[in-house]
Amino acid sequence: MSAVRCIDLCKTYRQGDQDIKALDHVDLDIPEGDFVCLSAPSGGGKTTLLNAIGGLDVPDSGEVWVAGRRIDQLSKGDLAALRLAQIGFVFQAYNLVPVLSARENVEFVMQVQGIASGPRREKAMAILQEVGLEGLEDRRPAEMSGGQQQRVAVARAIVSRPALVLADEPTANLDSVTSGELMTLFVELNQMHGTTFVIATHDQSVMAYARRLIKMLDGKIVGDIDQQPG
Amino acid sequence: MRVIQISFVLAWRNLWRNHRRTVIMLAAISVGAWAMIFMTALMRGMVNDMVRDGIRALPGHVQVHNPLYRDDPSVSNLIAMSDVELAERFSSAGIERFSARVRVPAIISSERESRGVTLLGVDPIQEQSVDAIGSTIVAGTGLDTAASNGIVIGRKLAEKLETEIGKRIVIMSQDPDNEVADRGFRVIGLFEANLAIQEEAFVFAGRQAIQEMLGIDDRVSELAVMGDDYRDVRPLLATVRQLMGTNDEVLPWNELDSYLGSMLAVMDGFVLVWIVVIFLALSFGLVNTLVMAVFERVREIGLMLALGMRPSGILLQIVFESSLLLIIGLAIGNVLAIASILPLRGGIDISIVAEGMEMFGASSILYPELQASDVVLANVVVLILGFFASLSPAWRASRYEPVEAITKV
Repeated sequence: MSAVRCIDLCKTYRQGDQDIKALDHVDLDIPEGDFVCLSAPSGGGKTTLLNAIGGLDVPDSGEVWVAGRRIDQLSKGDLAALRLAQIGFVFQAYNLVPVLSARENVEFVMQVQGIASGPRREKAMAILQEVGLEGLEDRRPAEMSGGQQQRVAVARAIVSRPALVLADEPTANLDSVTSGELMTLFVELNQMHGTTFVIATHDQSVMAYARRLIKMLDGKIVGDIDQQPG
Repeated sequence: MRVIQISFVLAWRNLWRNHRRTVIMLAAISVGAWAMIFMTALMRGMVNDMVRDGIRALPGHVQVHNPLYRDDPSVSNLIAMSDVELAERFSSAGIERFSARVRVPAIISSERESRGVTLLGVDPIQEQSVDAIGSTIVAGTGLDTAASNGIVIGRKLAEKLETEIGKRIVIMSQDPDNEVADRGFRVIGLFEANLAIQEEAFVFAGRQAIQEMLGIDDRVSELAVMGDDYRDVRPLLATVRQLMGTNDEVLPWNELDSYLGSMLAVMDGFVLVWIVVIFLALSFGLVNTLVMAVFERVREIGLMLALGMRPSGILLQIVFESSLLLIIGLAIGNVLAIASILPLRGGIDISIVAEGMEMFGASSILYPELQASDVVLANVVVLILGFFASLSPAWRASRYEPVEAITKV
């Protein structure tokens, strides 16, 4: 079954007097459990595609299906519910709520989901341990390094076992060592839990971890390569 | 429920993210709340003082008259029952604070001056029970019985008449046959009132002496009845009406003196306007603080929306933040107001402006009056209006598109 399916997706932005095609008739099918990198130069459409898949942005035309459900026509409330239940997000920056500790940030999604505090705390502690942040659970984002913050964001993204994790330039603000550790963590989580990962990046070293590399240019998919993760 | 919990936690922590801004806003709300309550207490004190003085001059919370008396307050329009019957009837009904009085217009003359006054024939024992003016004797003695032959006049009137204790004055009025009735009295005491005009307007003599002078046997023109609370005289009014039947007119103080009666209603309205005006000044700061707080957190708000928090959760956060600011500010303001009013319970001397105040019927000592209802009103109005003021920034925050908010620079 497809984790993500996009059919003839189009999205145009207006910038000044110009229309910019961010997505130009994109067709895409990502099976469950896949580990995909979307690669494109800046302005190539990878973030727009990721946002459309995540229900953060609505395409002008075409269809978006996530976990067998068409989402491009859902209301804001339904999209919020879908994101809460099915999708984990890791953004490039400003990933965490500054006034919450690492544990509280991880618990945030579960709390909004309505999970009771006992199991919520247990799961958060377990996942923080899994991402190597044991002992740092009471630290606030400002007291952690960029890599640690991204790990907290990853922990939050996967803690409620979403079917799909969308990561937009997750390593952009990290050094190469931390970046490698984070990608290794993604791969482990993908293999352990079968979570589908879709990662937008223009970092070659990140692409090397993907089993499938989708290349985009000017809003179009110009390459779709299955590869052996390095 | 858990969204409420996380929204509350976020609101509380975000509140203290910018300490300085929060403290400044709390100071503004506290001072506003203090001003609302403190000034209201001063105004209440002044108005209540005016009302109490007015009731002392009437006197009583409820009065009984002949139905024609108010149009023509002459000796022809007397209450149907005698003073003895009235006393028996009210005493047996368990009403202890009443005074049957003869009240007629009269001329008072000393050897030098004459003045128009209101002559009151009273039983001093009954009179004390209704807390009427004339009981604060500052020179000489008061009346001892209803049969007393002396007269008590105001200190100001004594000055105008150029008379003093021990001197004789002549009282002249009309009897029921429209003949002149006059009699000489010796001044036995001078009374003081909060308002100089009252010292000039009223003279007090023994009820029996006046009844004899006017030839009205044991009849009276006015029955003043005192209750426990002038703000709620309805039960007393109903009882007195029941006791008096339909022959006489029974009216509460606020109908007898409609100016005085309207003071309380006007004051209630004024308090509300005062509170709203202060709040409006505060609301600019409050809305500005919230707008700034939202503006600083656009990306966080976008992140929370992207993670699946519904817009209502964001709205709730901002409303909680505003409510917390208001609740803490109000609490501090309330404490400040109470702490500054309590030491002033003994009264504030405003004699420097008292002559001007007298025009409004207020005395020279102002007693701030802290009413629980005013404190509640100030707090409730600020909370409710604050809630509505916070809705606009809260609504704007909740309507952000997550994808735009996250990328906001």
